[in-house]
Amino acid sequence: MQALTNRSKAVDRKPMTIWDKMYIPAIAKGMGVTLTHFFKKKATIKYPEEKRPFSPVFRGLHILNRDEEGRERCTACGLCAVACPAEAITMEAAERQPGEEHLYREEKYAAKYEINMLRCIFCGLCEEACPKDAIYLSETFAPANFARQTFIYGKNDLLIPDPKTEPELYQKAVGERGRKA
Amino acid sequence: MFLLEIDLIFLLEKAILIGGIITVSLLIAMYSTWAERKVAAFMQDRIGPNRAGPGGLLQPLADGVKLFMKEEIIPNASNKFLFVLGPALAMMTAMMTSAVIPWGGKIEVFGRSVDLQIADINIGILYIFGVVSMGVYGIMIGGWASNNKFSLLAALRGASQMISYELAMGLSIIALLMLTGSLSMKTIVEQQVVGLWNIVYQPLGFLIFMICAFAECNRTPFDLPEAENELNFGYHQEYSSMKLGFYLFAEYINMFISSAVMATLYFGGYDIPFVNDANLANSIGVNGVAALQGLSLFAKVVGFIFFFMWVRWTIPRFRYDQLMNLGWKGLIPLALLNMLVTGALVLLKQNGWQF
Repeated sequence: MQALTNRSKAVDRKPMTIWDKMYIPAIAKGMGVTLTHFFKKKATIKYPEEKRPFSPVFRGLHILNRDEEGRERCTACGLCAVACPAEAITMEAAERQPGEEHLYREEKYAAKYEINMLRCIFCGLCEEACPKDAIYLSETFAPANFARQTFIYGKNDLLIPDPKTEPELYQKAVGERGRKA
Repeated sequence: MFLLEIDLIFLLEKAILIGGIITVSLLIAMYSTWAERKVAAFMQDRIGPNRAGPGGLLQPLADGVKLFMKEEIIPNASNKFLFVLGPALAMMTAMMTSAVIPWGGKIEVFGRSVDLQIADINIGILYIFGVVSMGVYGIMIGGWASNNKFSLLAALRGASQMISYELAMGLSIIALLMLTGSLSMKTIVEQQVVGLWNIVYQPLGFLIFMICAFAECNRTPFDLPEAENELNFGYHQEYSSMKLGFYLFAEYINMFISSAVMATLYFGGYDIPFVNDANLANSIGVNGVAALQGLSLFAKVVGFIFFFMWVRWTIPRFRYDQLMNLGWKGLIPLALLNMLVTGALVLLKQNGWQF
Protein backbone atom coordinates (compact mmCIF):
# COMPACT_ATOMS: atom_id res chain seq x y z
CA MET A 1 0.00 0.00 0.00
CA GLN A 2 1.24 3.43 -0.84
CA ALA A 3 1.97 5.61 2.13
CA LEU A 4 0.00 8.83 2.35
CA THR A 5 2.77 10.71 4.13
CA ASN A 6 6.49 10.19 4.46
CA ARG A 7 6.10 9.91 8.23
CA SER A 8 4.85 6.33 8.40
CA LYS A 9 7.10 3.78 10.04
CA ALA A 10 6.96 0.00 10.00
CA VAL A 11 5.96 -1.38 13.39
CA ASP A 12 8.79 -3.18 15.11
CA ARG A 13 7.48 -6.61 16.07
CA LYS A 14 10.74 -8.16 17.19
CA PRO A 15 10.47 -9.96 20.53
CA MET A 16 12.04 -8.02 23.37
CA THR A 17 15.60 -8.87 24.27
CA ILE A 18 16.72 -9.32 27.86
CA TRP A 19 18.09 -5.78 27.78
CA ASP A 20 14.65 -4.49 26.76
CA LYS A 21 12.89 -6.61 29.34
CA MET A 22 14.90 -5.07 32.14
CA TYR A 23 13.16 -1.78 31.32
CA ILE A 24 15.80 0.09 33.30
CA PRO A 25 17.55 1.55 30.23
CA ALA A 26 14.21 2.60 28.76
CA ILE A 27 13.20 4.15 32.07
CA ALA A 28 16.50 6.00 32.29
CA LYS A 29 15.97 7.32 28.78
CA GLY A 30 12.49 8.50 29.69
CA MET A 31 13.78 10.18 32.81
CA GLY A 32 16.31 11.97 30.64
CA VAL A 33 13.53 13.25 28.43
CA THR A 34 11.53 14.63 31.36
CA LEU A 35 14.64 16.21 32.83
CA THR A 36 15.42 18.12 29.64
CA HIS A 37 11.90 19.51 29.82
CA PHE A 38 12.76 20.80 33.28
CA PHE A 39 15.01 23.39 31.66
CA LYS A 40 12.95 24.19 28.61
CA LYS A 41 11.20 27.45 27.96
CA LYS A 42 7.78 27.55 29.59
CA ALA A 43 4.73 27.91 27.41
CA THR A 44 2.72 29.63 30.12
CA ILE A 45 1.36 33.12 29.61
CA LYS A 46 0.80 34.78 33.00
CA TYR A 47 -2.70 35.86 32.16
CA PRO A 48 -3.75 38.97 34.05
CA GLU A 49 -0.34 40.58 33.67
CA GLU A 50 0.45 39.27 30.22
CA LYS A 51 -2.14 38.97 27.51
CA ARG A 52 -1.94 36.80 24.50
CA PRO A 53 -2.42 38.74 21.25
CA PHE A 54 -5.58 37.82 19.39
CA SER A 55 -5.42 36.34 15.95
CA PRO A 56 -6.42 38.74 13.17
CA VAL A 57 -9.68 36.85 12.63
CA PHE A 58 -10.71 36.87 16.29
CA ARG A 59 -14.35 37.81 16.83
CA GLY A 60 -15.20 39.24 20.21
CA LEU A 61 -17.96 41.49 21.51
CA HIS A 62 -19.91 43.67 19.10
CA ILE A 63 -19.50 47.39 18.79
CA LEU A 64 -21.86 49.91 17.22
CA ASN A 65 -19.59 52.19 15.31
CA ARG A 66 -19.56 55.96 14.92
CA ASP A 67 -18.04 57.97 12.10
CA GLU A 68 -15.17 60.43 12.42
CA GLU A 69 -17.46 63.18 13.69
CA GLY A 70 -18.93 60.99 16.36
CA ARG A 71 -22.25 60.31 14.63
CA GLU A 72 -23.87 56.91 14.85
CA ARG A 73 -23.52 55.04 11.61
CA CYS A 74 -26.41 52.66 12.10
CA THR A 75 -29.53 53.39 10.02
CA ALA A 76 -31.59 50.58 11.50
CA CYS A 77 -31.93 48.89 8.12
CA GLY A 78 -32.22 45.52 9.85
CA LEU A 79 -29.85 43.65 7.54
CA CYS A 80 -27.77 42.48 10.47
CA ALA A 81 -30.87 41.11 12.18
CA VAL A 82 -31.83 39.29 8.98
CA ALA A 83 -28.32 37.92 8.55
CA CYS A 84 -28.07 36.73 12.12
CA PRO A 85 -28.48 32.93 12.16
CA ALA A 86 -29.13 32.90 15.90
CA GLU A 87 -31.72 35.67 15.76
CA ALA A 88 -29.93 37.53 18.48
CA ILE A 89 -30.35 41.06 17.13
CA THR A 90 -33.47 43.16 17.49
CA MET A 91 -33.89 46.85 16.83
CA GLU A 92 -36.43 49.64 16.58
CA ALA A 93 -35.99 52.44 14.05
CA ALA A 94 -36.73 56.11 14.58
CA GLU A 95 -36.58 59.20 12.38
CA ARG A 96 -33.92 61.82 12.91
CA GLN A 97 -35.42 65.12 14.05
CA PRO A 98 -34.04 68.49 12.94
CA GLY A 99 -31.21 69.48 15.28
CA GLU A 100 -30.05 65.88 15.77
CA GLU A 101 -27.74 65.90 12.73
CA HIS A 102 -24.68 65.80 14.96
CA LEU A 103 -25.97 62.58 16.56
CA TYR A 104 -26.99 60.42 13.62
CA ARG A 105 -25.43 60.18 10.21
CA GLU A 106 -28.56 59.29 8.18
CA GLU A 107 -32.23 60.25 8.39
CA LYS A 108 -33.11 57.01 10.13
CA TYR A 109 -31.42 55.63 13.20
CA ALA A 110 -31.80 52.81 15.71
CA ALA A 111 -33.75 54.03 18.71
CA LYS A 112 -33.32 50.64 20.31
CA TYR A 113 -30.65 48.16 19.34
CA GLU A 114 -30.26 44.94 21.33
CA ILE A 115 -28.09 41.89 20.96
CA ASN A 116 -28.86 38.90 23.11
CA MET A 117 -25.41 37.63 24.01
CA LEU A 118 -26.85 34.35 25.24
CA ARG A 119 -27.95 33.60 21.68
CA CYS A 120 -25.08 35.20 19.79
CA ILE A 121 -22.63 32.72 18.29
CA PHE A 122 -20.06 35.34 17.29
CA CYS A 123 -20.21 34.23 13.65
CA GLY A 124 -19.62 37.74 12.34
CA LEU A 125 -22.39 37.61 9.72
CA CYS A 126 -23.88 40.85 11.09
CA GLU A 127 -20.59 42.54 10.44
CA GLU A 128 -20.55 41.24 6.86
CA ALA A 129 -24.19 42.16 6.28
CA CYS A 130 -23.89 45.76 7.43
CA PRO A 131 -23.74 48.18 4.47
CA LYS A 132 -22.81 51.12 6.67
CA ASP A 133 -19.86 49.65 8.60
CA ALA A 134 -21.93 50.30 11.67
CA ILE A 135 -21.44 47.03 13.50
CA TYR A 136 -18.24 45.09 13.88
CA LEU A 137 -16.83 42.55 16.26
CA SER A 138 -14.13 43.92 18.52
CA GLU A 139 -11.31 42.17 20.37
CA THR A 140 -13.01 42.02 23.76
CA PHE A 141 -14.32 38.89 25.39
CA ALA A 142 -17.93 38.54 26.41
CA PRO A 143 -17.76 39.06 30.17
CA ALA A 144 -19.37 36.71 32.67
CA ASN A 145 -22.36 37.80 34.71
CA PHE A 146 -24.80 36.55 37.31
CA ALA A 147 -28.20 37.46 35.79
CA ARG A 148 -29.51 36.38 32.43
CA GLN A 149 -31.12 39.78 31.85
CA THR A 150 -27.71 41.46 31.86
CA PHE A 151 -26.68 39.52 28.79
CA ILE A 152 -29.08 41.46 26.61
CA TYR A 153 -26.83 44.27 25.47
CA GLY A 154 -28.53 47.56 24.67
CA LYS A 155 -27.21 50.53 22.82
CA ASN A 156 -25.39 51.97 25.79
CA ASP A 157 -23.43 48.69 26.09
CA LEU A 158 -22.68 48.47 22.41
CA LEU A 159 -21.98 52.01 21.24
CA ILE A 160 -18.36 52.87 20.78
CA PRO A 161 -17.09 55.90 22.76
CA ASP A 162 -17.27 59.21 20.89
CA PRO A 163 -13.96 59.84 19.05
CA LYS A 164 -14.28 63.56 19.63
CA THR A 165 -15.06 63.70 23.33
CA GLU A 166 -13.31 60.49 24.43
CA PRO A 167 -10.55 59.83 21.86
CA GLU A 168 -8.54 57.49 24.09
CA LEU A 169 -11.46 55.23 24.93
CA TYR A 170 -12.43 55.29 21.27
CA GLN A 171 -9.00 54.10 20.17
CA LYS A 172 -9.07 51.36 22.78
CA ALA A 173 -12.49 50.18 21.64
CA VAL A 174 -11.54 50.28 17.97
CA GLY A 175 -8.54 48.04 18.52
CA GLU A 176 -6.28 46.67 15.80
CA ARG A 177 -9.09 45.36 13.63
CA GLY A 178 -11.08 48.56 13.49
CA ARG A 179 -8.02 50.62 12.65
CA LYS A 180 -7.43 48.62 9.51
CA ALA A 181 -10.97 49.02 8.22
CA MET B 1 16.58 11.84 93.70
CA PHE B 2 19.74 12.56 91.72
CA LEU B 3 19.00 9.75 89.29
CA LEU B 4 15.48 11.02 88.75
CA GLU B 5 16.81 14.44 87.86
CA ILE B 6 18.98 13.03 85.11
CA ASP B 7 16.07 10.99 83.81
CA LEU B 8 13.94 14.10 83.62
CA ILE B 9 16.56 15.88 81.56
CA PHE B 10 16.86 12.80 79.38
CA LEU B 11 13.09 12.79 78.86
CA LEU B 12 13.12 16.51 78.10
CA GLU B 13 15.91 16.05 75.60
CA LYS B 14 14.03 13.26 73.82
CA ALA B 15 10.78 15.23 73.91
CA ILE B 16 12.47 18.21 72.26
CA LEU B 17 14.02 15.90 69.69
CA ILE B 18 10.68 14.22 68.96
CA GLY B 19 8.95 17.58 68.67
CA GLY B 20 11.65 18.87 66.37
CA ILE B 21 11.60 15.86 64.09
CA ILE B 22 7.81 15.84 63.90
CA THR B 23 7.83 19.53 63.01
CA VAL B 24 10.50 19.00 60.40
CA SER B 25 8.70 16.03 58.85
CA LEU B 26 5.44 17.94 58.73
CA LEU B 27 7.13 20.96 57.20
CA ILE B 28 8.90 18.84 54.63
CA ALA B 29 5.69 17.00 53.81
CA MET B 30 3.94 20.36 53.41
CA TYR B 31 6.53 21.71 51.08
CA SER B 32 6.72 18.39 49.24
CA THR B 33 3.20 19.08 48.02
CA TRP B 34 4.41 22.43 46.75
CA ALA B 35 7.56 20.92 45.26
CA GLU B 36 5.55 18.15 43.65
CA ARG B 37 3.42 20.66 41.82
CA LYS B 38 6.44 22.75 40.86
CA VAL B 39 8.38 19.73 39.58
CA ALA B 40 5.36 18.48 37.68
CA ALA B 41 4.90 21.90 36.16
CA PHE B 42 8.53 22.28 35.16
CA MET B 43 8.61 18.87 33.55
CA GLN B 44 5.53 19.74 31.56
CA ASP B 45 6.86 23.16 30.49
CA ARG B 46 4.54 24.99 32.85
CA ILE B 47 5.26 27.31 35.78
CA GLY B 48 3.19 25.81 38.55
CA PRO B 49 1.83 27.55 41.64
CA ASN B 50 3.06 31.14 41.66
CA ARG B 51 0.19 33.19 43.07
CA ALA B 52 0.26 32.61 46.83
CA GLY B 53 3.38 34.31 48.08
CA PRO B 54 6.69 34.56 46.20
CA GLY B 55 7.00 31.54 43.91
CA GLY B 56 3.79 30.13 45.35
CA LEU B 57 5.51 29.40 48.65
CA LEU B 58 2.35 30.00 50.68
CA GLN B 59 0.43 27.51 48.56
CA PRO B 60 0.67 24.65 51.11
CA LEU B 61 -0.89 26.94 53.74
CA ALA B 62 -3.72 27.78 51.38
CA ASP B 63 -4.23 24.10 50.61
CA GLY B 64 -4.23 23.30 54.30
CA VAL B 65 -6.79 25.98 55.07
CA LYS B 66 -8.92 24.70 52.22
CA LEU B 67 -8.81 21.13 53.52
CA PHE B 68 -9.69 22.23 57.07
CA MET B 69 -12.57 24.40 55.88
CA LYS B 70 -14.20 21.72 53.77
CA GLU B 71 -17.28 19.93 54.95
CA GLU B 72 -16.47 16.77 56.80
CA ILE B 73 -18.64 13.86 55.77
CA ILE B 74 -18.76 10.55 57.59
CA PRO B 75 -20.95 8.13 55.64
CA ASN B 76 -24.03 6.99 57.57
CA ALA B 77 -23.42 3.31 57.06
CA SER B 78 -19.76 3.48 57.99
CA ASN B 79 -18.17 2.30 61.16
CA LYS B 80 -17.45 5.70 62.64
CA PHE B 81 -14.69 4.69 65.02
CA LEU B 82 -12.74 2.81 62.37
CA PHE B 83 -13.46 5.54 59.83
CA VAL B 84 -11.66 8.06 62.01
CA LEU B 85 -9.00 5.57 63.04
CA GLY B 86 -7.91 4.85 59.45
CA PRO B 87 -6.30 8.17 58.56
CA ALA B 88 -5.03 8.59 62.11
CA LEU B 89 -3.24 5.26 61.86
CA ALA B 90 -1.81 6.11 58.45
CA MET B 91 -0.46 9.39 59.81
CA MET B 92 0.83 7.84 63.04
CA THR B 93 2.74 5.03 61.37
CA ALA B 94 4.20 7.50 58.92
CA MET B 95 5.50 9.63 61.78
CA MET B 96 6.70 6.76 63.97
CA THR B 97 9.27 5.50 61.51
CA SER B 98 11.43 8.55 62.01
CA ALA B 99 12.30 7.45 65.57
CA VAL B 100 15.28 5.29 64.68
CA ILE B 101 16.84 7.41 61.96
CA PRO B 102 20.05 9.13 63.06
CA TRP B 103 19.81 12.74 61.90
CA GLY B 104 23.36 13.66 62.78
CA GLY B 105 26.21 12.84 65.11
CA LYS B 106 26.37 14.30 68.60
CA ILE B 107 25.75 17.82 69.75
CA GLU B 108 26.84 19.33 73.04
CA VAL B 109 24.31 21.36 74.96
CA PHE B 110 25.16 22.68 78.47
CA GLY B 111 27.94 20.16 78.75
CA ARG B 112 25.72 17.24 77.88
CA SER B 113 26.38 15.16 74.81
CA VAL B 114 23.12 14.57 72.97
CA ASP B 115 22.61 12.03 70.20
CA LEU B 116 20.60 13.38 67.28
CA GLN B 117 18.50 10.27 67.18
CA ILE B 118 15.33 9.58 69.10
CA ALA B 119 16.06 5.95 69.86
CA ASP B 120 19.23 4.10 69.01
CA ILE B 121 17.72 0.64 69.34
CA ASN B 122 19.70 -2.37 68.23
CA ILE B 123 16.88 -3.66 66.02
CA GLY B 124 16.51 -0.35 64.12
CA ILE B 125 15.63 -1.73 60.70
CA LEU B 126 13.28 -4.35 62.11
CA TYR B 127 11.47 -1.57 63.94
CA ILE B 128 11.05 0.33 60.67
CA PHE B 129 9.70 -2.77 58.97
CA GLY B 130 7.34 -3.40 61.83
CA VAL B 131 5.96 0.12 61.77
CA VAL B 132 5.75 0.28 57.99
CA SER B 133 3.72 -2.92 57.91
CA MET B 134 1.33 -1.22 60.35
CA GLY B 135 0.74 1.33 57.60
CA VAL B 136 -1.21 -1.36 55.75
CA TYR B 137 -3.79 -1.16 58.53
CA GLY B 138 -4.33 2.52 57.80
CA ILE B 139 -5.28 1.66 54.24
CA MET B 140 -7.18 -1.51 55.08
CA ILE B 141 -9.21 0.00 57.93
CA GLY B 142 -9.96 3.09 55.87
CA GLY B 143 -11.27 1.00 53.00
CA TRP B 144 -13.23 -1.33 55.27
CA ALA B 145 -14.81 1.36 57.43
CA SER B 146 -16.08 3.29 54.40
CA ASN B 147 -18.62 0.50 53.83
CA ASN B 148 -18.17 0.90 50.11
CA LYS B 149 -17.26 -2.15 48.10
CA PHE B 150 -15.04 -0.18 45.76
CA SER B 151 -13.11 1.31 48.64
CA LEU B 152 -12.75 -2.15 50.12
CA LEU B 153 -11.51 -3.61 46.85
CA ALA B 154 -9.03 -0.80 46.45
CA ALA B 155 -7.89 -1.23 50.03
CA LEU B 156 -7.38 -4.94 49.40
CA ARG B 157 -5.32 -4.19 46.37
CA GLY B 158 -3.29 -1.67 48.30
CA ALA B 159 -2.70 -4.02 51.17
CA SER B 160 -1.65 -6.92 48.95
CA GLN B 161 0.65 -4.61 47.01
CA MET B 162 2.35 -3.36 50.15
CA ILE B 163 2.75 -6.82 51.61
CA SER B 164 4.12 -8.20 48.34
CA TYR B 165 6.73 -5.51 48.03
CA GLU B 166 7.67 -5.69 51.68
CA LEU B 167 8.95 -9.22 51.03
CA ALA B 168 11.38 -8.13 48.35
CA MET B 169 12.36 -5.14 50.46
CA GLY B 170 13.15 -7.33 53.44
CA LEU B 171 15.18 -9.71 51.30
CA SER B 172 17.18 -6.87 49.78
CA ILE B 173 17.91 -5.59 53.28
CA ILE B 174 19.17 -8.98 54.43
CA ALA B 175 22.04 -8.78 51.95
CA LEU B 176 22.94 -5.40 53.38
CA LEU B 177 22.78 -6.73 56.92
CA MET B 178 25.20 -9.52 56.00
CA LEU B 179 27.74 -6.83 55.16
CA THR B 180 27.14 -4.55 58.10
CA GLY B 181 26.47 -7.22 60.70
CA SER B 182 24.20 -4.89 62.61
CA LEU B 183 20.54 -3.89 62.61
CA SER B 184 21.16 -0.59 64.37
CA MET B 185 20.85 2.39 62.05
CA LYS B 186 23.48 4.27 64.00
CA THR B 187 26.04 1.50 63.61
CA ILE B 188 25.31 1.20 59.90
CA VAL B 189 25.90 4.91 59.42
CA GLU B 190 29.05 4.90 61.51
CA GLN B 191 30.47 2.08 59.39
CA GLN B 192 29.79 4.12 56.27
CA VAL B 193 31.38 7.21 57.76
CA VAL B 194 34.61 5.25 58.22
CA GLY B 195 34.46 3.16 55.05
CA LEU B 196 32.68 3.38 51.72
CA TRP B 197 28.99 3.94 51.30
CA ASN B 198 26.90 0.79 51.09
CA ILE B 199 25.67 1.67 47.60
CA VAL B 200 29.15 0.66 46.37
CA TYR B 201 28.74 -2.85 47.79
CA GLN B 202 25.02 -3.26 47.17
CA PRO B 203 23.93 -1.51 43.95
CA LEU B 204 21.40 -4.20 43.05
CA GLY B 205 20.13 -4.36 46.61
CA PHE B 206 19.66 -0.61 46.58
CA LEU B 207 17.76 -0.75 43.30
CA ILE B 208 15.40 -3.38 44.68
CA PHE B 209 15.03 -1.49 47.93
CA MET B 210 14.24 1.71 46.10
CA ILE B 211 11.65 0.13 43.82
CA CYS B 212 10.01 -1.44 46.88
CA ALA B 213 10.12 1.89 48.70
CA PHE B 214 8.22 3.41 45.78
CA ALA B 215 5.62 0.69 46.10
CA GLU B 216 5.42 1.06 49.88
CA CYS B 217 4.83 4.79 49.62
CA ASN B 218 2.12 4.21 47.00
CA ARG B 219 3.94 6.49 44.64
CA THR B 220 3.64 6.32 40.87
CA PRO B 221 4.30 3.98 39.08
CA PHE B 222 2.91 1.92 41.96
CA ASP B 223 0.07 4.18 43.12
CA LEU B 224 -2.60 1.61 42.39
CA PRO B 225 -4.39 1.86 45.75
CA GLU B 226 -5.47 5.35 44.82
CA ALA B 227 -5.66 5.17 41.03
CA GLU B 228 -7.86 8.25 40.93
CA ASN B 229 -9.62 8.33 37.64
CA GLU B 230 -9.87 4.75 36.53
CA LEU B 231 -10.80 3.12 39.83
CA ASN B 232 -12.92 5.50 41.88
CA PHE B 233 -10.15 7.12 43.89
CA GLY B 234 -9.39 3.93 45.77
CA TYR B 235 -9.50 3.33 49.49
CA HIS B 236 -10.08 6.97 50.45
CA GLN B 237 -13.05 7.48 48.18
CA GLU B 238 -15.47 8.24 51.02
CA TYR B 239 -13.07 10.54 52.82
CA SER B 240 -13.37 14.28 52.77
CA SER B 241 -11.79 17.31 54.35
CA MET B 242 -8.74 16.83 56.56
CA LYS B 243 -9.23 13.08 56.93
CA LEU B 244 -8.52 12.79 53.24
CA GLY B 245 -5.77 15.32 53.79
CA PHE B 246 -4.21 13.03 56.39
CA TYR B 247 -4.08 10.14 53.95
CA LEU B 248 -2.47 12.29 51.31
CA PHE B 249 -0.18 13.88 53.85
CA ALA B 250 0.87 10.49 55.19
CA GLU B 251 2.03 9.63 51.69
CA TYR B 252 4.33 12.62 51.66
CA ILE B 253 5.67 11.90 55.12
CA ASN B 254 6.27 8.29 54.06
CA MET B 255 8.14 9.61 51.09
CA PHE B 256 10.29 11.78 53.32
CA ILE B 257 10.98 8.98 55.78
CA SER B 258 11.77 6.40 53.12
CA SER B 259 14.12 8.90 51.49
CA ALA B 260 15.81 9.29 54.86
CA VAL B 261 16.00 5.49 55.27
CA MET B 262 17.47 5.03 51.82
CA ALA B 263 20.00 7.76 52.45
CA THR B 264 20.87 6.23 55.82
CA LEU B 265 21.20 2.64 54.67
CA TYR B 266 22.88 3.11 51.31
CA PHE B 267 24.17 6.66 50.99
CA GLY B 268 26.07 7.14 54.20
CA GLY B 269 23.31 8.79 56.21
CA TYR B 270 24.59 11.97 57.76
CA ASP B 271 28.09 11.32 56.44
CA ILE B 272 29.60 14.34 54.70
CA PRO B 273 31.32 12.91 51.61
CA PHE B 274 35.12 13.27 51.27
CA VAL B 275 35.44 14.93 54.67
CA ASN B 276 36.94 13.48 57.80
CA ASP B 277 34.48 14.34 60.54
CA ALA B 278 37.03 14.01 63.32
CA ASN B 279 39.31 16.61 61.71
CA LEU B 280 36.37 18.87 61.00
CA ALA B 281 35.28 18.70 64.64
CA ASN B 282 38.64 20.17 65.69
CA SER B 283 38.17 23.24 63.53
CA ILE B 284 34.47 24.09 63.81
CA GLY B 285 33.43 22.25 66.94
CA VAL B 286 31.09 19.32 67.57
CA ASN B 287 27.93 21.32 67.14
CA GLY B 288 29.08 22.74 63.81
CA VAL B 289 29.84 19.26 62.54
CA ALA B 290 26.42 18.04 63.68
CA ALA B 291 24.77 20.89 61.81
CA LEU B 292 26.73 20.09 58.66
CA GLN B 293 25.90 16.40 59.05
CA GLY B 294 22.23 17.25 59.38
CA LEU B 295 22.45 19.38 56.25
CA SER B 296 24.24 16.58 54.43
CA LEU B 297 21.48 14.10 55.26
CA PHE B 298 18.89 16.72 54.41
CA ALA B 299 20.47 17.30 50.99
CA LYS B 300 20.42 13.57 50.29
CA VAL B 301 16.81 13.36 51.39
CA VAL B 302 15.81 16.28 49.19
CA GLY B 303 17.62 14.61 46.32
CA PHE B 304 15.65 11.43 46.86
CA ILE B 305 12.37 13.29 47.16
CA PHE B 306 13.12 15.00 43.88
CA PHE B 307 13.88 11.59 42.41
CA PHE B 308 10.52 10.30 43.63
CA MET B 309 8.79 13.17 41.86
CA TRP B 310 10.93 12.85 38.78
CA VAL B 311 9.91 9.22 38.43
CA ARG B 312 6.29 10.08 39.08
CA TRP B 313 6.15 12.50 36.18
CA THR B 314 8.00 10.18 33.84
CA ILE B 315 6.65 6.67 34.19
CA PRO B 316 3.01 5.74 33.72
CA ARG B 317 1.16 3.64 36.27
CA PHE B 318 1.49 -0.14 36.22
CA ARG B 319 -1.36 -2.47 35.53
CA TYR B 320 -2.16 -4.54 38.60
CA ASP B 321 -1.06 -7.89 37.16
CA GLN B 322 2.16 -6.29 35.93
CA LEU B 323 2.72 -4.91 39.39
CA MET B 324 2.30 -8.32 41.02
CA ASN B 325 4.41 -9.90 38.32
CA LEU B 326 7.26 -7.51 38.94
CA GLY B 327 7.04 -7.94 42.68
CA TRP B 328 6.83 -11.71 42.94
CA LYS B 329 8.54 -12.94 39.78
CA GLY B 330 11.00 -10.12 39.32
CA LEU B 331 12.13 -8.52 42.51
CA ILE B 332 11.91 -11.41 44.97
CA PRO B 333 14.08 -13.81 42.91
CA LEU B 334 16.50 -10.97 42.20
CA ALA B 335 16.70 -10.11 45.87
CA LEU B 336 17.28 -13.78 46.71
CA LEU B 337 20.03 -13.96 44.11
CA ASN B 338 21.59 -10.80 45.49
CA MET B 339 21.43 -12.32 48.94
CA LEU B 340 23.06 -15.53 47.74
CA VAL B 341 25.93 -13.76 45.99
CA THR B 342 26.52 -11.43 48.92
CA GLY B 343 26.44 -14.36 51.31
CA ALA B 344 28.97 -16.26 49.23
CA LEU B 345 31.29 -13.26 49.05
CA VAL B 346 31.04 -12.60 52.76
CA LEU B 347 31.82 -16.25 53.47
CA LEU B 348 34.81 -16.21 51.13
CA LYS B 349 36.13 -13.06 52.73
CA GLN B 350 35.78 -14.50 56.19
CA ASN B 351 37.80 -17.52 55.06
CA GLY B 352 40.67 -15.32 54.09
CA TRP B 353 40.19 -14.86 50.37
CA GLN B 354 41.67 -11.68 49.07
CA PHE B 355 39.77 -9.67 46.46
